Amino acid sequence: MTATDHPLSVDLDPPRAAWSAALPVDTAALTMLERRLTERATQSGLVDVAYRTIETPVGRLLLAATERGVVRVAFEVEEFDAVLATLADRISPRILAAPAQLDDAARQLDEYFAGDRTSFDLPLDHTLAGGFRLEVQEFLPRIAYGTTLTYTQVASEVGRPKAVRAVGTACATNPHPVIVPCHRVLRSDGSVGGYLGGPAVKRTLLQFEGAEGHER
Amino acid sequence: MRQPFEQAVRQHGATVLRVCHAVLGSDAEADDAWSETFLAALAAWPDLDDDTNVEGWLVRVAHFKAIDIIRRRARQAVPTAEPPERVSTEGVPGRGPSELWVAVQSLPERQRVAVAYHYLGGLAHSETAAIVGSSPAAVRRAASDGIATLRRMHGADLLLEGTHS
Repeated sequence: MTATDHPLSVDLDPPRAAWSAALPVDTAALTMLERRLTERATQSGLVDVAYRTIETPVGRLLLAATERGVVRVAFEVEEFDAVLATLADRISPRILAAPAQLDDAARQLDEYFAGDRTSFDLPLDHTLAGGFRLEVQEFLPRIAYGTTLTYTQVASEVGRPKAVRAVGTACATNPHPVIVPCHRVLRSDGSVGGYLGGPAVKRTLLQFEGAEGHER
Repeated sequence: MRQPFEQAVRQHGATVLRVCHAVLGSDAEADDAWSETFLAALAAWPDLDDDTNVEGWLVRVAHFKAIDIIRRRARQAVPTAEPPERVSTEGVPGRGPSELWVAVQSLPERQRVAVAYHYLGGLAHSETAAIVGSSPAAVRRAASDGIATLRRMHGADLLLEGTHS
């Protein structure tokens, strides 16, 4: 409201918060409406990015998907709001929490963290990667569970033996960490190197898979 | 609009439901208006300007969805039937209307709308006037009359004390 429009109201109006408290809406009903909105929006093809979070031994993960597949896995240290803002900017702001669309990804990650799965079988959306980075990321799943390569070895494997730094960048910007195992690429001295979720998480994943991540 | 839509649902979902409820009365109709509002908002979301007042915009969308529902209600009404009860007394679990809800919903439509859009939805009276096709002065008067009635019905209600001199 503007002062000219309603000169007396500024001092006389009770705060909005007082009205909200005095006219409560039932939060359970609101939750149900949100769920129904997600269902109808999904049926109408209006959800461009669906997301959910899951609890794992390396903390909460955010999973996001387009209709093409999983587009992003994010660690809590990246700050989920910032991750969603980037997805809104790069893909579409039509983003809704839609857990059901990520059931399959969530189940496979649960199995992985339970030690019952060594590779992932999920459609991936590579919108957030491109060029050489994407080439590297598409190679990474060929590094078997429980084994590691160095950045130098990966550079050779993808046919660009001098592009060691670029391989490092490709791993550091992998939009699908855990699912695309950039954690299996180490420095030539055996130290773990950088990781989106932090070096401690990378070390934990390697130990969990029975691969050694040395620190020197 | 580049903000993730989910945030708009979280931030404004309760306000929109409150406005729909105040305008329409019944839980079922308010739920329908809420759903239609957010579905339409989601469809239009990418084309919305970044500097839009999202809450005000959603309240305006909710207004037009509520009008649709009121028109539908009028079309479906059988002339000889009992007039439908405006104030919901149905006992949806956990949604029993508070006294003030009942009082708001018992106001005449013009007053109810003026009170709902301004006090619950945050619109200026001039904005309400623009969407209901009235004058700011008439809307202000309707809101003021509505508040006076609510004060009479709820004289001791803390919320309403001192709202008008």
